[in-house]
This record gives sequence, C-alpha cells and structure tokens, in this order.
Amino acid sequence: MPPTWTGEPCDGASGPPIQVLDPSGQFTADPRFPVDLDDGDLLGLHRDMVLVRQLDTTATALQQQGELGLWASSRGQEAIGVGLAAAVAPSDMVFPSYREHALAWCRGVGISGILGLFRGITNGGWDPAAVGLAVPSIVIGAQVLHAVGYAMGQQLDGGGEATAVVFGDGASSQGDTLEAMVWAASFEAPVVLLCINNGWAISVPAARQSRIPLAQRARGFGFPGLRVDGNDVLAMYAVARAALDYARTGGPVLIEAVTYRMAAHTTADDDMRYRTRAEVDQWQERDPISRLTAHLVDCGLLDDGALAELQHESQRLAEAVRHEVRTMPMPDVRTLGRHAYASDTRASLVPAGVPVAPPAPAVDSAVRATALSAAHG
Amino acid sequence: MLTLTMSRALNEGLRCALRDDPRVLVMGEDVGALGGVFRVTDGLLSEFGPQRVIDTPLGESGIIGTAVGLAMRGYRPVCEIQFDGFVFPAFDQIVSQVAKLRARTEGRQPMPIVVRIPAGGGIGAVEHHSESPEAYFAHTPGLRVVYPSSPSDAFRMIRQSIALDDPVIFLEPKRCYWHKGEVEPEAELADMPPLLAAQTVRLSPQRGVADGPPRYSVSIVCYGPTVEWAMRAAEAATQQGVTVEVVDLRALSPLDLGSVEASVQRTHRLVVVHEAPGRVGLGAEIAAAVSERCFADLYAPVQRVVGLDIPYPPNRLEGAYLPTPERILDAVAMTLAAA
Repeated sequence: MPPTWTGEPCDGASGPPIQVLDPSGQFTADPRFPVDLDDGDLLGLHRDMVLVRQLDTTATALQQQGELGLWASSRGQEAIGVGLAAAVAPSDMVFPSYREHALAWCRGVGISGILGLFRGITNGGWDPAAVGLAVPSIVIGAQVLHAVGYAMGQQLDGGGEATAVVFGDGASSQGDTLEAMVWAASFEAPVVLLCINNGWAISVPAARQSRIPLAQRARGFGFPGLRVDGNDVLAMYAVARAALDYARTGGPVLIEAVTYRMAAHTTADDDMRYRTRAEVDQWQERDPISRLTAHLVDCGLLDDGALAELQHESQRLAEAVRHEVRTMPMPDVRTLGRHAYASDTRASLVPAGVPVAPPAPAVDSAVRATALSAAHG
Repeated sequence: MLTLTMSRALNEGLRCALRDDPRVLVMGEDVGALGGVFRVTDGLLSEFGPQRVIDTPLGESGIIGTAVGLAMRGYRPVCEIQFDGFVFPAFDQIVSQVAKLRARTEGRQPMPIVVRIPAGGGIGAVEHHSESPEAYFAHTPGLRVVYPSSPSDAFRMIRQSIALDDPVIFLEPKRCYWHKGEVEPEAELADMPPLLAAQTVRLSPQRGVADGPPRYSVSIVCYGPTVEWAMRAAEAATQQGVTVEVVDLRALSPLDLGSVEASVQRTHRLVVVHEAPGRVGLGAEIAAAVSERCFADLYAPVQRVVGLDIPYPPNRLEGAYLPTPERILDAVAMTLAAA
C-alpha cells in the first residue's frame, strides 16, 4: 500500500510523536503512514536492531580494553537507522553523522568499515558511491549541506532519486544546517532532513537548542515537518518512507525523530556529570528492540526458539567483531599523504614532454623517503 | 588572438568550460542576471540556462557545502565568492570538507571544485573588500591555490583549474580585472603549459646582454596583483643597470620552488612581494625555502615587501599599506647594498 501522506501539515509537527507501536508493543495503525512490510521484513528489522545493538555493546567493550581509541555508542537509537535504511531505495543517497552505525550496517558497510575509524586506521572507511552512504561527518552539521547539494544533483539528473541526511539536535543550531534548509527549500531539493533528537548534545539538553519542537522549524522554511517516535522502528520506517516519496517530487521534508542517547556521548564522556540515572532508566522502558520483540511475539512471528537462534547469531557477530578489530591491518606508512591530491605535483610543475624526475634518493630508509615524498605530493 | 580584459578573459574561460563539459556548473551570489559584480559571469545565464548558472541564496558556506554534494554527484561546480572578505563563512566547508574529502575517502571521492575569489586591495573599496586570504588556503593540504596576474593566464588557468580533479582556490586580482591582454580563445587544454608552474621574466639593463654581472642582479618573486608592480619596479631598476628576474609564481600551493631556486642561483638576491600581511605569510615560506635550498647562493638577506601586520586600513590609507613599486625598488636597493 502506498503512503497516503501528501505533505499536508499534520499534528506530527506539534503533537505527540507519530507512533504505531507503543512501548508495550501494542500496534495501532496510522492511516497516513501505512507500514507496508511483510513478515520477513518485520523479522529483518528486528534482526538488524539486535545485531547493531550487539555490535555497539562489543565495540564499547573493545574501547574499554584499549582496542579502539574511542566509540560513539548508538545504544537506544537503533530504530532510526534501521527504519530509515529500510525506507530508502538502493539508488537513494544517505549522509550520516558519526553515530549512524545502524545505517552503515544496513547499507552493507562491513564490520571493519564501521570500526576502522574508531580503530584509527582510516578517516573514512568506505566508498560513498558504492555503498550509497557518505562517510561519517564529524564536524557538526557540515553534511546537511552536502546532502542538499547531492539532492540538487539528483534533480539536475532528471529526478526520481532522493537523499536522506541525518543530524542531531545539537546540529540543529549550526549555521550549515540552517543554510541547508534554505537551499533545500529554494531549489525544492528531493531531500529528507532527519534530525535525531536524542535529548543531549554531549552535556547540553535539547531545550538549549530550540524553544519549540524541532520539527516545527520546517514551517518557517516552507516545507513540511514531521515528529516521530524514534524508538518505534515501524513508525520510523513508515514516516521515512512517506517523506522520501514526497521528497522525490515535492521537495524537502524535515523529520524529528524523538529518542534518547542511552550511553554517554562517547566512551570519553561522563554523562553522570550532567544527567541523572533516573532519567536514563526512564527511557530504558521505551527500548526500541523490546517493543518490537513484544509485538512480533504477540503476532506469533517470534518464539523462544527463534529468539534463541537470534541470540546465537548475535554472539557469533560479537566474536567476529572482536576478531576483525584485533586483526585489522595497520595502514602502510607508505600510503601517508597518498590521497591528499588527485594530481601529481611534480608532473604539474614540469612542462609537458620533460621527463618527471624521481623523488630524492633515500637518506635514512626507503620507507621514510617514500612516505615523505608522498606527504609532500 | 583577441585582446581582452581579465574579467572578459575569465568570462570566456568559463564559457569554454561550460560548453565543453555538461557537468560544469557556475554558482554563486549574483552570477546570473547580473553577471557577477565584476561581470565575470556576464551572459552565461542566458547562454546556458538557470540549471547550469545558478544564482544561489546568500550564504557562502551554503554555496561551498552544496558544491561538495554536487561534486559527489559527479558535477564540477565553479563557485564564486563575491569578495575576499566574504570567504570566511565558508572556511569550514573549504578547509575541513573540500580539502579533506578525497583523503577521508582514501582517494575514492575526488573534489573537482573551483572557488573563485576576487582578491586584493587598491581599488578604494570599503572594509572586507580588499583582503588577501591566500595564506590560509595555501596552508591547507588538499587544496590547490592559484593566482593569475594577466588576462592570458586567467583564461588558461581557469580552464585548467576546472579540468583538474583537485579543488582549486582561484584568486583573481580585482584591481587587474580591467587590464587588457592577448588571449588565445581557441587554445586546447592539452597544449597549455602546466597549471602550477611559475613564469620567470628576465629584464636586462641593455638589450642583447645575456647575463648582467651577478653584482647587479636580483630576483623579485611575486604573484597576482603585485606582478604588475614588480615589473614596474624591475623596469626602473634596469634603468640603474640592474638585471632583474621577475618570477610570477602563478601557483601558491604547491609552490614552484624549483623556479625560485633556479632564479636565485642566477641572481643571488631575492625580494619577495605580496599584499597579504607579512607575518606567517607566503613570503616567510619562500624565504625559508630558499634558505634551505640555496642559502650559499645568496649574497644578501632576503627582503620582503608585503602588507602591514594590521587590519586592512580605510581605503584613503591603503597606499601606505600596499607593496607599491617604490617600496619594491627600495627593497631591491637594500639587497644590492648588503653585498
């Protein structure tokens, strides 16, 4: 069934977040945002969330063991990435922030791609064009402009494709995010701007970023805004799907996904300096995985045997993550600086026809000379 | 061969690039109907349409940030920043995004973006319209920085910059926009000299004299708007019996230090000229590089003729700030007096 929402304002921007699965797993259909998924799809969403949670838990432990320099946990936010990934078409493009491990997992980025940046062996990790997912943006909000530009390109190429971009409640205050909304509106770019409001920008509460629900900002820019329960993967999917379909011809949509950052900002953060355990515990009751589990058990799609099998698969993934992280190859020092430029400096300084001189001979060791000549272009 | 102003030469270069490659886009503030405040994009909107020549909203970070996304999609955006002093809102997008995305993706994602910036002073402008921001960008790995000084170089270098897969900060000496020069509009990219190579012009006291005595020779290294002034100072010096090599760097990142070194080895004296403040500027980099590469060839300390280490002054005082031909000539005399 195609989505029936056609961009008109709805209570989603100001009322309670759109929800189809309540925290107990009770399903209530929202006719504007149909969940057109079959049983296999539903089990797939559940499996992805469980595995991404496991990857996150394992990565956190690996950081504590000194195997990763840092880890930015996505615990509690799995429904957003998994729901969005299910809603985007393979040919659509997605721009993440740095906590979108669920998105990367679902787009097919492997374990080493997701963890390589935190292991310190790469600043990127995958091929954006091949995966349909840009590399993580660590400068807050910069990627929102990139996404809008990419969507402008999709439009110039004839339309039909769409772009989604993920940013946080903190990023909603960045000039780049707001400029991106101006550009998206002016060019009617086919882009879904997905703001993950997880309550905290490191130590600063979302109330410091905005006096109004962030979804309401869309109205000021002249496009629709929707507020969705970010811990409800079915609502996340349905709303993202409707927004993407709208964006393909109608232009930008802002989605505010309301969730909670269950872990500290990163493993380097101490969240008990600025928030209470009681607040965190309260959100534990709205966990995105347990509510889908409850729903699927109620529907008879999951039983103890299936859950046990999923548990086993999850443990196998944890083992694979530990193994891959510990055996990631150290990058070759000779690649240092290799990708700074596409063009070769020596060639571009010498007139055509004159042979390009080789780099200076080694002084200390061949490795050092090669690395230095690469670094100097 | 046509005689064109630099503004018109750039216009022709952009026209060639738009005509030759459908993925080239021109975007910026007032680049469409107005044709740019310096008319560099004049007529391009009517010739190529609003999908190729894009009047953007007013936001420099937005211009560069969306260009990044367009480049990821396979386009080759040529962005105009209206004036030098307005590039700083786009600083993160240029130095952290445009400059680094190729490295961040391990070479998988080229960033063929050209950022055109009218730069430099000497036109009696209001504040923020006379800045020389080149050192910020030359300091940033991942960027190419070029600064033509003549209409023919401007035409050639804008075409080469657009064809390059690296991002290029393309500085345009705004006080030279209306200078005229000969341009070969039919020139093919393949026949052009390298984009990033300097040009050395030797001025001897007497025609036909191949090499003046080293006792009376000096190199002046300069770029962009100061080339004209360096040439004027050089011509005055030749009247005094001095041989002068004027090295127009043309590219500031990378620096063609080989050409600088070769010239210093011939003249044994060096004056470096730029409008930007001297502190931690290109002149300091060149002086350091020359001392590393050919210290023993120098007969005199390197002299810098540069902007003052102060905020750019109100325009009635800019004559005292700028590296005028008189100041360059004084520096030439200093290097000769030191030997």
